Amino acid sequence: MISIEIRYFATLRRNGLKKEVLTFEEGISVSKVLSEILIEEKDVAILLVNGIKVSFDKELKDGDIVALFPPVGGG
Amino acid sequence: MNGYNGKILRVNLKAKTIKTEELNEDLAKKYIGGRGLGTKIMMDEVDPQVDALSPENKLLIVTGPMTGNPVATGGRYMVVTKSPLSGTIASSNSGGRWGAELKFAGYDVIIFEDKADEPVYLSIEDDKVELLSAEDLWGTTVSVTTKKLEEKHVKGSKVLTIGPAGENLSKIAAILNDEDRAAGRSGVGAVMGSKNLKAIVVKGSGKPKVFDDEKLKEMNKAQLSKIKENGVTGQGLPTYGTAVLVNILNELGTLPTNNFLLSQFAKAEDISGEALAEKYLIKNTACYRCPIACGRYVKMEAGEGGGPEYETLWAFGSDCGINDLKSIIEANYWCNEMGLDTISAGATIAAAIELKQKGYIKDDELDGLKLEFGNATDIMEWTKRMGYRQGLGNKMAEGSYRLAEGYGVPELSMTVKKLELPAYDPRGIQGQGLQYATTNRGGCHVRGYLISPEILGLPEQLDRFATEGKETWAKIFQDLTATIDSLGVCLFTSFALGAGDYADMCNVITGSDHTADSILEAGDRIWNLEKMFNLKAGIDSSQDTLPKRLLDDPIAEGPSKGWTTKLDEMLPKYYQARGWSPEGIPTEEKLKSLGL
Repeated sequence: MISIEIRYFATLRRNGLKKEVLTFEEGISVSKVLSEILIEEKDVAILLVNGIKVSFDKELKDGDIVALFPPVGGG
Repeated sequence: MNGYNGKILRVNLKAKTIKTEELNEDLAKKYIGGRGLGTKIMMDEVDPQVDALSPENKLLIVTGPMTGNPVATGGRYMVVTKSPLSGTIASSNSGGRWGAELKFAGYDVIIFEDKADEPVYLSIEDDKVELLSAEDLWGTTVSVTTKKLEEKHVKGSKVLTIGPAGENLSKIAAILNDEDRAAGRSGVGAVMGSKNLKAIVVKGSGKPKVFDDEKLKEMNKAQLSKIKENGVTGQGLPTYGTAVLVNILNELGTLPTNNFLLSQFAKAEDISGEALAEKYLIKNTACYRCPIACGRYVKMEAGEGGGPEYETLWAFGSDCGINDLKSIIEANYWCNEMGLDTISAGATIAAAIELKQKGYIKDDELDGLKLEFGNATDIMEWTKRMGYRQGLGNKMAEGSYRLAEGYGVPELSMTVKKLELPAYDPRGIQGQGLQYATTNRGGCHVRGYLISPEILGLPEQLDRFATEGKETWAKIFQDLTATIDSLGVCLFTSFALGAGDYADMCNVITGSDHTADSILEAGDRIWNLEKMFNLKAGIDSSQDTLPKRLLDDPIAEGPSKGWTTKLDEMLPKYYQARGWSPEGIPTEEKLKSLGL
């Protein structure tokens, strides 16, 4: 099993939850993690693993930090 | 003239003469309006080598053909002049309602010449235009001036003014309109102050003519739906404003912290858009005809008012190592009251903190005030002191470059062409670094916002660490932005709209026959004209660079660890993409092709 920290931002924060550490099977993809935490891929505009942009099929390893952002912008 | 009023107001402050002139239709078509038309007038009428704070400089207020017209965000205007901070052409953009009101009064452009003998303000009520005494307004803050003039003049009058910072010729002074909207950058407020011009009050009762009303309805329907359906303009910006960027930039390891000594802030969450929304937000605010409404109206010590943008949260927040959101909101309020650019003001405090930390600024210069990373105690007081030029604030009012240069270490100023860099560390966002280095007004993010493709994935996702192809992206973004700034609409529409949409806008409102390509070409023309102004002003391409820290010191920790900006890889290709010489000078052939 591996521990993954998930960070939620902006409208993806539900009930004020900013982050949590969850345990998953080894080799799990971001896509599978999202389905387990009930977030749809279409609602995630920026997906970072350890601060680097990745695709949803990225396989995760123990200690990874997943950051999830909806569409946002500014300047 | 459709879209325009066809009128320029020329005000000689010394002679107290006010003349109305016809706007040359060919010039308006070629340079569109706002930034483009303003730069052309500056080129024609002002010696680029002039001292920016002398009577020989001119101050231009220029609307675009969309300003005051019924298109999404069509309410913006530009202040165009020579910058006292950078010595470059300055064009500072602002929203709110003031620009649209000027258009309703029947004018496209105001040109201020020379210097008034005593403080004055300009009152415009359609055809009735007068210079009036501002003796009783001189020294008052922005909200006081605004309220006094609103009470004195006809109901619905809109006020544009400088605060004490502009009067005191701070080189980082802004011009404010509608109390909390700012033409913020490049020290344009000091130029207004140098002319003894305190404010412009305007009320209009007309409206410009539109070329094709039927097509306008159709176009607006389509464009409004694009803006509403776009995730950024329809959801992200309305919900959290620009402040939502704090956490993203921090997660990427590109949130400049402690005057760019670090690139991640451990306490970023405390100053984030999410925290602002949760603890202080009262409601959203919108500029004229804006369907996005990114403005924040927040709780503060003095009651309620305009809240900080992302850049301000960064400048007074992580750049100073500060996580006290309440103090940042107050500092933002005092920047507006003093009429200071929040980016340059916060970044100058950050530079002063580093100067103090390294022993250049001594304790006896502080008058007992705190000047430390992470200490919010006196940031409001430093802001006021910059506005009033008190104590060390007098040196800080000159901006961070001159402050650091005064101590013999200009390299501690995080500026390009002496303009303070904004809130994105270009070591981890290569294209943005190229953009910063080449921007005609200096360290600025809104002249080609490559954060959009490099971070937000719009219109497509680019590798933020790659240098390949960034020269083309920089050129296209810079050219399109120059056109948007000239049309009189908000840059944020470009998250949802493309060059073709802006061509449609211009055609429907003015009757022009623009295509997406010709819209970009117009931007290219404006960019080259600005460059020519700068070259004539003595700002050559050796200044197309970044602070040494960003070129030589790799980011020490986090997701962007090990990176510097690879400017030397990108700059020659950029000059080539622009059709300039290897020395960064527009070629005769290039200028000819643009009709310059």
